[in-house]
Parts: sequence; C-alpha cells; structure tokens
Amino acid sequence: MSDMNPALETFSQEVDELLTAMEEALLGLDGTPDNADSINSIFRAMHTIKGSSGLFGFDDIVAFTHEAETVLDRVRNGERSIDAELVSVLLTCKDHTAHLIQHFLYHENEPLPEALQQQSQALIAQLVGQSAAVAGGMPSTQEEKADHFEVDVNTTDSSDNWVISLAFKQDALRNGMDPLSFIRYLQTLGKIIEVIITMPTLPRIEDMDPEDCYLNFKIVFNSNADKKTIEDVFEFAEDDCDIHILPPNSRQEHYLQLLADMQEDQVKRLGEMLIEIGALTEKEVANILHEQHNDNEEEAKPIGEMLLEKNILQQPVIEQALKKQESVKQKINKESNYIRVDAAKLGYLINLVGELVISGAAMRLMVDKHGLSDVDDVASTMSHLVEDIRDTALQLRMVQIGETFTRFQRVVHDVSKELGKQIQLQITGGESELDKTVVEKINDPLTHLVRNSLDHGIETPAERMRAGKPEKGTIQLNAYHDSGRIVIQITDDGKGLDPDKIVAKAVAKGLIKQDQVLSKSEIYNLIFEPGLSTKEEASNLSGRGVGMDVVRRNIEALRGSVSVDSELGLGTTVTIHLPLTLAIIDGFMVEAQKERYIIPLSMVEECVEMSSDEWQIDDVQHYVNLRGQVLPYLRLGDFFHKNKKHTRTQRESLVVVRFGEAKAGFVVDELHGENQTVIKPLGKLFENLDGIGGATVLGSGDVALILDVQGLIQHAKKRVNSTLALSLAV
Amino acid sequence: MNELIHKKDNKTELVAQDQLRQYLTFQAGNENLAISILDVKEIIEINTITDVPMTPDYIRGVINLRGNVVPVIDLSARLGRTRSEITKRSCIVLVQVEYNDDDAQLLGMLVDAVDEILEIPEVNIMPPPDFGADIRTDFIQSMGRVGDEFIILLNINRVLSIKELSQLKQVADYESGNVNKEASFAALN
Repeated sequence: MSDMNPALETFSQEVDELLTAMEEALLGLDGTPDNADSINSIFRAMHTIKGSSGLFGFDDIVAFTHEAETVLDRVRNGERSIDAELVSVLLTCKDHTAHLIQHFLYHENEPLPEALQQQSQALIAQLVGQSAAVAGGMPSTQEEKADHFEVDVNTTDSSDNWVISLAFKQDALRNGMDPLSFIRYLQTLGKIIEVIITMPTLPRIEDMDPEDCYLNFKIVFNSNADKKTIEDVFEFAEDDCDIHILPPNSRQEHYLQLLADMQEDQVKRLGEMLIEIGALTEKEVANILHEQHNDNEEEAKPIGEMLLEKNILQQPVIEQALKKQESVKQKINKESNYIRVDAAKLGYLINLVGELVISGAAMRLMVDKHGLSDVDDVASTMSHLVEDIRDTALQLRMVQIGETFTRFQRVVHDVSKELGKQIQLQITGGESELDKTVVEKINDPLTHLVRNSLDHGIETPAERMRAGKPEKGTIQLNAYHDSGRIVIQITDDGKGLDPDKIVAKAVAKGLIKQDQVLSKSEIYNLIFEPGLSTKEEASNLSGRGVGMDVVRRNIEALRGSVSVDSELGLGTTVTIHLPLTLAIIDGFMVEAQKERYIIPLSMVEECVEMSSDEWQIDDVQHYVNLRGQVLPYLRLGDFFHKNKKHTRTQRESLVVVRFGEAKAGFVVDELHGENQTVIKPLGKLFENLDGIGGATVLGSGDVALILDVQGLIQHAKKRVNSTLALSLAV
Repeated sequence: MNELIHKKDNKTELVAQDQLRQYLTFQAGNENLAISILDVKEIIEINTITDVPMTPDYIRGVINLRGNVVPVIDLSARLGRTRSEITKRSCIVLVQVEYNDDDAQLLGMLVDAVDEILEIPEVNIMPPPDFGADIRTDFIQSMGRVGDEFIILLNINRVLSIKELSQLKQVADYESGNVNKEASFAALN
C-alpha cells in the first residue's frame, strides 16, 4: 500500500467516489426510475472508470465496464427502461467493479483470477441478456435500402429532420466525385425526406462546361445517427464540397440535455463543449477557427456568432453552451476554495498543536511558580490563542456524518429485500460534523443498530397492515450537536420493545432478580447486557444476543454512551452520545503513590473526602456507604502496585466515577483538578493492557497515564473473582 | 549524471558496510552486551520513567521523548535477571523495532552503562553457542571476539519483539513475581 504509485492512489480514490455516487444513484432510482440525473451519474461512473482504467492498462476492467456502459447508454437514450431487476444487477456490477479494481491495485501484474473472470462474464451475460430481450422487441431503426429516392411529400414539417447543405465545387465531377453516390450512401443512415436542388452558379448554356458541377443540394434527412456519423458520409467529398449539417430541432433538446449534464470539472472552450456533446464535429470547429483566424483582428467575431451566421447550429444550443461555460467557471472558482490534504499531515499538525497545549501549560506553571506578575498578561493572551488554535486545528479533521449515513441506504435496500419487508430510510442532520476517526469507528455499531431495526424492529407488511400502520416501515437516522457532543439517533416505527419479555429474559439469564423493581428506561437498557436477545430465533442478521453489548462496548470505548427508548407497538429509538474528537479530552488529574493519573472528566461524578473514622474502613472491606448506596471502590495505589509497601496519607479522597449505569469509587491521595489532556497513544506494546487508555505529557514534562475506567473496573472484577476462586480451591 | 549517482551509491554502500561491523557495547545485569550500531536511534540519559501498572517486570514504564510517549524495557529483566537499579551511569538506548513487516515502534532499552562503539571485523564474528550463555539462544545473533573475550551480540528484533512483549495478558499474574521465566518458557513453546 505504502509504495502505491501516486497516480494509482488518485485513481483508487476517484473510483471509490464514483462507485459511491453510482450506488447512491442506483438506490435513488428505486423511488424515481426516470430520474435523468441519477442515470447520468451511473453512466458517468462506469464511463470514467473505463477511461481511467484504460490509462493504466487494466484491460479486464475496461472490458467489463464497457459492457455496463453500453447498457447504461441505452438506458440513457431511453431505449431501455430501468427496473428493479436491472438495478440489482447494476448494484452487483458496482461491487464487482470494486473487486476488480482492488485486484489490480494490489496485484497489478497478476492476471485476473478465474473466479473474478467468471463473475465478469456472468454479469455481462446478465446485462446483455437483459438488454437483448428488450432490443428484440424494438423496431429496427434502419430502413430498407431504396433503389431510388423517395420524396415523401406528406412530411412537410422539417423541424424533426437534419438539414444538410452540400455545395459542390465546379471541379467535383472532374475529381471523380459523384454527388449521387453520397446521397445514396446517406440513405443507409436514415430516410431522405426531401432533396432540394439549387443551381446558383449555373451559367448561360453556351458557357457551360458539361464536366463542371453546378448543383447544390439541400437534403432534409431523418435519422437517429449523430452528427459525426453523418459528416463521415461526406468524408471523401470535403475537399470538393462545402458541407453544412444543421441538426434537427429534436436534437437540439438532446444537446441541451447533454449540455446540462456535462461534468463541471474544468472550464472548456465553447468549441470543445459542442464537440463533446456531438453538436459540432471537430472538422467544423477547425474550419471555423481557421476562418476566425483569417478575419481581420478588428472584425473577428466570437465563435458563437459565426456558428449562427453560418447556420451550423441553432441559437438555443449556443446560448445554453455559453451559459454552461459561465457556470462551470463559477463552480471551479468555488471548488478551488477546498484543498485536499493528506490525513497524515493533518495528524501531524494536530500533534504539534497538542505539543503547543502542553508547552503552554508548562509556561503557565513557570509563570505561577516564579510569580512573574508582569509576564502574566502575556501568558494568558498566549493561552487564549493556543486554545483558539487548538479548536481550529481540531475543526480541520471534522467531517460530515452524512456520508456514513447514506451508506445505509444500501444496507436498508438489500436487507429489506432479503426479509421481504418494505422499509425506507430517512436521513436528517447529515451535515453535523465530527472527528474523522470517530466517524470511522462508529460505522460498525451503527450498522449493527440499523440491522437490528430492520430485523427486529420493523414488522412485515402484513403485520403492519394488521396493526393499522402504513405498509412501508420507516427508519430514521438523525444527528445533531448537543453541548459539545454529537447525538446520533436511530428511530424505527416498528413494533417496539416489550418490557415484560425483556424482564422475563433477564430473570431467566440471572441478570436481575425476580422481584427487582426497575424503571422503564432501566428495563430497556437491559438489552445492552451480554446474552440478552428477545428474538426467539437467531437470524443471520442479528439475534444471537452478542450484538448489543458489543455495540455498547464500542461506543463506550469512544468515550460515548448509548441508551434506548421504546413504546410498545410504536417503535424504538436508540440514542448515541459521542465526543466530537478523540485527540484532546477534558481530564481530571489525581495522584496516588506519587504517580499521577488522568480520569476522563466526563466520567467523574463527584469527589468526596475519605474520612476513615466516619466510614470505618479497614483493609478487608472494599465498599462504602455513599448516601445510602453501596459503592465499591478501588485503592488506586494498592491496586496498581501490589508488591510495594504503601504509606497512607492522612487525607485520602474518593473519586466517584460513573460508566453507563454503574458507579464505582477510586481512592487517591491527592486531587489536582481539571486539565486539558492531549491523548498520546501508548502504542502496540500496551495494546493488551486493560485499564489504561493512553498517556499524556504534563506541563512538567512527565508522563501521566489516562485511566480507562471501564476496563479497570472489569479487570478488578476479574481479579477479585479469580482470587476468591483460588482461596476456595485451597 | 548517471555516473555521479552510481558513485554516490557506491559510497553509501561502503559506509553501510563499515557501519555493519560497528557495535555499541553496554552493560546490563553485569554482562557485556552489544547491538549493531544500525539499530541504535539515540542514547539518552534518564529523567523520569513513569511506571505503567499491571505490566510484567521487564516493562519499566514510559518516558516523554520530545512529546512522544515511548515505552522503556528493562533489558536485564527481559534477559531473565533482576531489574536494574538506576545509577548515575544508567542510560536509555532508543531502538526501532519492527513488527508486522512494515510498522516500526520506537522503544527504549534501559541499560546499566553504555561503553563504546567497537568495530568487530567479519572474521571475529562467531555463531552463537547452542547452550551455556544463560540467555535465550534466539536472543543471540552472534558472538563477537574482542581481544581475548567474547561479547554477546543481541538480536534486537527478538529481544524486543513487540509481539512477545505485548502478551501482557499471559503474564498478567505478575504479582507472582516469577514472571520472566514463565514468559520465556511460554515463548519457547
């Protein structure tokens, strides 16, 4: 990966984006099958991938995408309708293209494996087979070749026809050109409606040379061929003939449409644009440019005007092209306000800002230590600036969550089909921003939750009808910011959670006692306990009861929280709270046995003075009575350094921490208060270490460890249990 | 132009070959040891080492190296001896250790004293003895003869193998005190 050639890297990125856009568009077609924008973007994806793959010589990709492109082109031209079946074939094509590209990116020089090749062929067969079936029913566009010209007098309306003007030069016949043969050949492309012959240069009969050609033709021609093809008919005649081909008015709309769909990635010249949509041919443009060049400087007219004058193209097309050109210019200007930055560089910047925060803290320390009152002002200005820089730098890594959300369109589409349910996904708040790393890590839990809603939440159409709900179920993904955190909600209008069932299950599993009184929300949140799934049978999507606790663990690993609310028969809402960033947190610093530790501030509930007289603490008992509640606690110093002999300070403090619904206490020697904590990873070496989440560098230059409260408590539980088991065994 | 590049290549090759035979010698657990100079990133004096709880003896803790948190391994403990006492002469040798082919991690190695850089000619480098060195044989890359004495040249990627060191779970019962031998047996099996 690291040695991937930069061009390939760009290619792979581009392909990713295209394929994502294609998938989105395909899924969008579900609702509105005739959406030209979607069809075009699907076509564009295949077309561009084909082109770029050609550049790198990935012939297999070119071959495959070419087939897909052909089919899509027919769809685009209205020759094929797009139905659910074709959409799902195309979705598979999209996945297959991604596989092909993966293969070539990583094994550039190896031939395509058999399996992929076979799949290519199978897909092509599906694509082509489908299209052949449709094409069979289409009437052939080619007319039987007629022996003589048929002038259809009934078709007086020439608006739908091409108008081709041929002005042969006098030497044409002498050079072996036979105007008739061209006109005859033209008939293979379509139907000649009318031929008007003019003889503007015909001299008097006595001056006439029988070998000269004096005829000009105006041909009204009906054909589906494009301009280039028609022009090619006269390819050999171009030296001896002035050719003007005016497209039909119906073409005009086609051109306008193409212009509207043209990719707005770079500013093109008018001529280039018109060639691209097929309204002009390269020759025509070359001629016009040549003429323009030959004109006097002062008299030189813009190309658009010349085209009009020469009657090569209708006015609306030219106007539209000019407008398009302008809008592309504007768009490009706007787009250049964005810069693509290597994520590693951003990471480095954020690291540096982290350093700055630390040095800032160090400076503060020194200022306070030496009592430099006159430096104080400067120092606090600096601190403010550093804080601003920190916020701005973190802002740089923020991305919108919308992209993550839209990916679920596919999941919902696929799964609802599989389950025979009708489900739509509504997305709101996609513009809410959060740190890229958080976005990446939230994907799995979100997928699980959405699948849960699909599988357990939404009922089958029949069930829904019986319950008096609309046949189509709805899942909503919503995101918004709330007091420095982001809130993500997954809501479904399905059958909801049944509290009685959950309680029964929890009792059966021994999670709660039979007569335990729980609030509604406490009951619902039981579903996050390991081993609790209310679905009787496990399906291949979910229902094994391993999911929800993993979801909670993953979210809590991001220092977030998750809760669930439900109304039986009406639906369920899962709410996730997440921090916006993982790089810097608000920490609470404590000291135990001369070592400093940081507890994430969001987990700290309160701090209480630990008076041994009041609580009659001894070495055996490890819980206290906190306002009537049992609170288990850990003595941090003892827990961490079992082997050392510790001296107890007179005034210990109890820090009460909360994680999820549970509470625990840490007994520490000293409290140092809040501080901005820049999280430094501990690296690979400590990857298996429970209870420590990371490290940070203090203002003094020392390293302090950040406690992973949840991991620590679990570790403590395990240790207690194993010790007890041991003593029992002995 | 091509020629120039060629020359330069030759030169760097020569330097590399020179360095190949250079070794940094140091003491850990009353033993003279050496590693290839190419493995050494930096040698720093000891400031504060922050202890990381719930880890085996050989993980001494973490230090702040210009803003980065770097783990420090107690070499003596890692080789199965007691933890080093920190004295005036104690040093941390920073080395880059590879794992997973591509990635590398910076590690500090706590030693009792750093001696000198020695050049040991190819002919004086011997294969390690099958036993008798009292150090896991796979830790020894080769033996270097310096004068009349042998010095153990360590295979740093084995001694500080991230994969092995990070198996904290297996040895989480560090309280038992006898961790190192267990760990080494576990690794050998």
